[in-house]
Amino acid sequence: MAGITGKDAILTEYAEQLARGADAPKGRSLSRDALRRLLRNRAAMVSIFVLVAIVVIAFVAPAFMPWQPRQVDWSAFRSPPNADTLHYLGTDQNGRDLLARLLQGTQMSIIVAIVATFVSVTIGILYGAIAGYMGGRVDAIMMRFVDMMYALPYILFVIILVVIFGRKPILLFIGIGAIEWLTMARIVRGQTLSLKEKEFVEAARASGVRPLSIILRHIVPNLTGPVVIYATLTIPEIIITESFLSYLGLGVQEPQTSLGTLISDGAGVFEVMPWLLVPPAVVLVLMLLALTYIGDGLRDALDPKDR
Amino acid sequence: MLQYAIRRILGALPIAFITITVCFIIMRAAPGGPFDGERPLPPVVLANVRAYYHLDKSLIEQYFIYVGGVLRGDFGPSMSSYDHSVSELLAIGLPYTLTLGFSAFVIATFIGIVAGMVAAVNQNRWPDYLLVLVVMIGVIIPNFLMASILQLVFGVYLQWLPAGGWRAGEITSLVLPVTVLAWPHAARISRLMRGSMIEVLGTNYIRTARSKGIGQRLILARHAIKPALIPVVSYLGPGLSYLLTGSLVVEQVFGLPGIGRYFINAALNRDYGLVLGTTILYVILILILNLIVDMIYAWLDPKVRYR
Repeated sequence: MAGITGKDAILTEYAEQLARGADAPKGRSLSRDALRRLLRNRAAMVSIFVLVAIVVIAFVAPAFMPWQPRQVDWSAFRSPPNADTLHYLGTDQNGRDLLARLLQGTQMSIIVAIVATFVSVTIGILYGAIAGYMGGRVDAIMMRFVDMMYALPYILFVIILVVIFGRKPILLFIGIGAIEWLTMARIVRGQTLSLKEKEFVEAARASGVRPLSIILRHIVPNLTGPVVIYATLTIPEIIITESFLSYLGLGVQEPQTSLGTLISDGAGVFEVMPWLLVPPAVVLVLMLLALTYIGDGLRDALDPKDR
Repeated sequence: MLQYAIRRILGALPIAFITITVCFIIMRAAPGGPFDGERPLPPVVLANVRAYYHLDKSLIEQYFIYVGGVLRGDFGPSMSSYDHSVSELLAIGLPYTLTLGFSAFVIATFIGIVAGMVAAVNQNRWPDYLLVLVVMIGVIIPNFLMASILQLVFGVYLQWLPAGGWRAGEITSLVLPVTVLAWPHAARISRLMRGSMIEVLGTNYIRTARSKGIGQRLILARHAIKPALIPVVSYLGPGLSYLLTGSLVVEQVFGLPGIGRYFINAALNRDYGLVLGTTILYVILILILNLIVDMIYAWLDPKVRYR
């Protein structure tokens, strides 16, 4: 007989559920918790949407463009945006379609950002994990080196490399990546210091696993959270660095283009041809804004104590 | 304190030395010499010129001559402007860069600290939100874009301020460059200051001071500022190299005759001597300023001195 509160009914239902094995109450895992927090962060979700839209458009849209980035329209030099000639964002002094060039430039900036971030994250993780795991004197020397590097204006060294070995995109990727790893190394070292005291690392050590394998197999996989956060925060910095170099004429070269190159070209002629500056500036700022919000959102989601 | 200062100076010397060495190696590893022109020089002249610039000696000898020169403030010949040595060019440009950088540094640090304090005291009220917005603008919009925007708005459309040029150091011609340079710096400092101030205001000793009936202003001035400044001061070192990176762009955009402009032009013209001389000067400047920052840090946080 059912009780007045209906407690028995609920308990019976619950027991049946348990017996079926479906919908058994699950403990919420950390990552699921983090995902829930991220989904609730409206700024971060909008940013993810914006960023995905920019990336997809930059890589898919060129296939459908009426004009190619290097194609000269001899009938439309310095044309303001004009839907009739299919120059939706106008053309530059050389009669090239700005929309096509903008898409190519965005692509270039995204590629540089991804490759350079990969380089910087790889160096940072390995350096930080080795310093943290080795500890003692090795750690002290390695981190002192990082402190020293922090103070140096490494952008100058990238410029020197670019000047001396030519302005090849690959060099740009590696050069920028090689200067942005310091913060990552510091964070990874801090995490490693606490990870290496954990039982599973001790177990691995006791069973005779070599230090390098412990670092790569047991420590690095546990660093995913902070690494993801700081990789997201590194991308906008790299995009800024790349466009900075391109703006100064030391980065991506014609006929290739990047957002920095486009902004540099547009800034000089803004008074007469404002349509050349506004679109690349808007895309760049949108991308940086979105990445910053995503990075902050991820940090809040994965690392609640940092709030 | 003195002991700590000496230790830091001894720590900084190897960095300066390594920088000079690396710069020298890069300079000599670079393809092409300064006298490989379109028309080959007559062998006698070439031999004379090479002897004059010590290029006929062995690399080791050249290295010691270069280091000796740097120690005496002689950075060797410039390869693009034959009338001036690198040291002369740097001596011409340095005052402009220092004026610009120093004003931006002082103004940004002051504004950043005050803004961060105001935001921390008014946490989650309108001054705080205003700060978040201003910080966001400063961090997101890259300096070259900000420079162009301010130039166009205040220099070209409103005509309130000159759009560029030094004009014998008139204060009006410094406003825009200093603003561009100082904004991101102030933004980062104010964010750090806000965070650390909130943390300090939550500590027990501040609560004790409150319970003794000390007024808000006195609490801030006597007890809260000093500990809250510690993270800010530790940022000033890396902040300096950000500022320097910014000054490269600012000098270029606003047409100021500082060493940043020499550096970029030299990089574009492959004037190795000038590029490396500028780099070494920058590094030495930054090391000296970092030493000063370290001294302030040690004064604020007694623990540092005994590490």
